[in-house]
Amino acid sequence: MKLGSDVGKCQGYGNCVAIDEQHFDLDDDGMVVVVQQEVSEGERETTEEAVRSCPVAAIWIEGAR
Amino acid sequence: MSDHVVVVGSSVGGVRTVQELRRLGFGGDITVVGQEEEKPYDKPPLSKQVLMGTQTEDQILLLGEGGFEALGAQARLGVRATGLDIDSMTVALADGDEVEYDALVIATGVRPRNLSPALNELDSVFTVRELRDARELAARASLGPVAVVGAGFIGAEVAASFRSLGTEVTMTEAMQAPFARALGAQVGGLLSELHQDHGVQLLTDATVQTIERSGDVTLVRLADGRRVEAATVVVGIGATPNTEWLGDSGLKIADGVWVDAGCAVLAQGFGPHAEGVYAIGDVARQVDPVTNKDYRVEHWTNAVEHAHAVARQIVDPTSAPQPLKAPYFWSDQFDLKVQMVGRPAEADAVTMHRFNVSGTEKTVAIYEANGVVAAAVTLGWPRAIAACRHAWEARADVDALVSTLSELADRRRTAAL
Ligand SMILES: Cc1cc2nc3c(=O)[nH]c(=O)nc-3n(C[C@H](O)[C@H](O)[C@H](O)COP(=O)(O)OP(=O)(O)OC[C@H]3O[C@@H](n4cnc5c(N)ncnc54)[C@H](O)[C@@H]3O)c2cc1C
Ligand code: SF4
Repeated sequence: MKLGSDVGKCQGYGNCVAIDEQHFDLDDDGMVVVVQQEVSEGERETTEEAVRSCPVAAIWIEGAR
Repeated sequence: MSDHVVVVGSSVGGVRTVQELRRLGFGGDITVVGQEEEKPYDKPPLSKQVLMGTQTEDQILLLGEGGFEALGAQARLGVRATGLDIDSMTVALADGDEVEYDALVIATGVRPRNLSPALNELDSVFTVRELRDARELAARASLGPVAVVGAGFIGAEVAASFRSLGTEVTMTEAMQAPFARALGAQVGGLLSELHQDHGVQLLTDATVQTIERSGDVTLVRLADGRRVEAATVVVGIGATPNTEWLGDSGLKIADGVWVDAGCAVLAQGFGPHAEGVYAIGDVARQVDPVTNKDYRVEHWTNAVEHAHAVARQIVDPTSAPQPLKAPYFWSDQFDLKVQMVGRPAEADAVTMHRFNVSGTEKTVAIYEANGVVAAAVTLGWPRAIAACRHAWEARADVDALVSTLSELADRRRTAAL
């Protein structure tokens, strides 16, 4: 599974980073950065929670949108 | 497992509960009762993007194509719940219907407090809670000056949005600085400057006595004789939980519906336990099982976390509730992101810290109680807020958080993958 993101939508609320630091970080301007694009089956639960926590749907798991 | 889940309230708490129930594989019936006729929408943009016209109404909808039906849920929108009977396990509706439940999720949120009933009856005086408020306000931006009564977060955002549209704005605050009550004098001072720098006229120590209308002008009279003339007045002085409909239901209600760590409601006194009843989001007052203190949190992320927790409890009532999460809130004012984690009200000291992030100064206020981080507010540095949330959850001391933030400031992150 792979992660997708739309930096244009991101508002820097940081919910995703608080839940899953392994896949998400924010840059100095407060825009989401996907630091690891691959999501393994074992990581899926946490990453999905991070995706659902985004108030503006700026991140997603490819194919699951 | 419950066969029929009834959710009252069709905003973010209610919607996310339904989505999470289905995601967890709940196969029973779901009914959603919501007082507003609108398709469910998200509230934070109302005082920001919707007011400024940078987001359309369609862009803030909470559900995709197909709405509740696509989730296999029956929606009763435009219908108020008027009563709860915990013995027969039924909810009474304003249209005379009664709905039986096996599990009930109360997600009725809050509504804006009024100055005094008469003051809000003028058609130029508004509060902001629903889409129609934002819609009407956006249309008034060009009518002339706006007076914002109450410099809380929603008031301050409304002020910033109108200023960004070029409207003249005066904001009144009963305290010495905006946010002073919630965030302390230092952060309050910085936010006052931000608003003044952007041309908001700020009147502090200002108690509103009356609001009157004369012709096209609405007049806000302060107790000390000062007066503000405006075309539009927006009142943002806090909110009251929507619990009237639960009147004599036997639930414990005092500034919110009292719930345990798993969002299950508590009984009034030694009254009977209300089986299968939960409350979430802005309306819920949650007791922390560790400290026995109770909190009602009016933050978006809290409503979503509650929704997820309650769905898990309904699907598996034996699952152990997780510890309370760090309260987290964001606010956008002009181009500044104000982000807060924790409970500033519990702090006994506040210190201001400045960090150099590739040449720009970033400010973080850290609130301390008994040596540990009780809360933190970041100004224009979103990247730092996750570290602050972790520090709060780990009960870290202030020095540890400061050094984590210094490292973060030095560790630049610019390019996306
Ligand atoms: C203008 C504005 C800006 C905000 N900005 C931010 C922000 O920047 N960051 C942040 O973290 N939070 C923000 N919030 C707070 C956030 O929107 C709330 O925490 C969140 O909406 C709470 O969701 P909820 O579902 O618990 O309640 P609500 O969103 O209040 O929804 C409750 C719903 O229940 C309905 N209802 C009430 N009584 C009944 C009844 N008897 N029968 C049927 N239905 C009923 C109501 O009509 C409403 O639709 C903002 C709120 C507002 C109003
Ligand atoms: S949760 Fe969404 S808006 Fe917030 S930082 Fe992550 S991607 Fe951006």
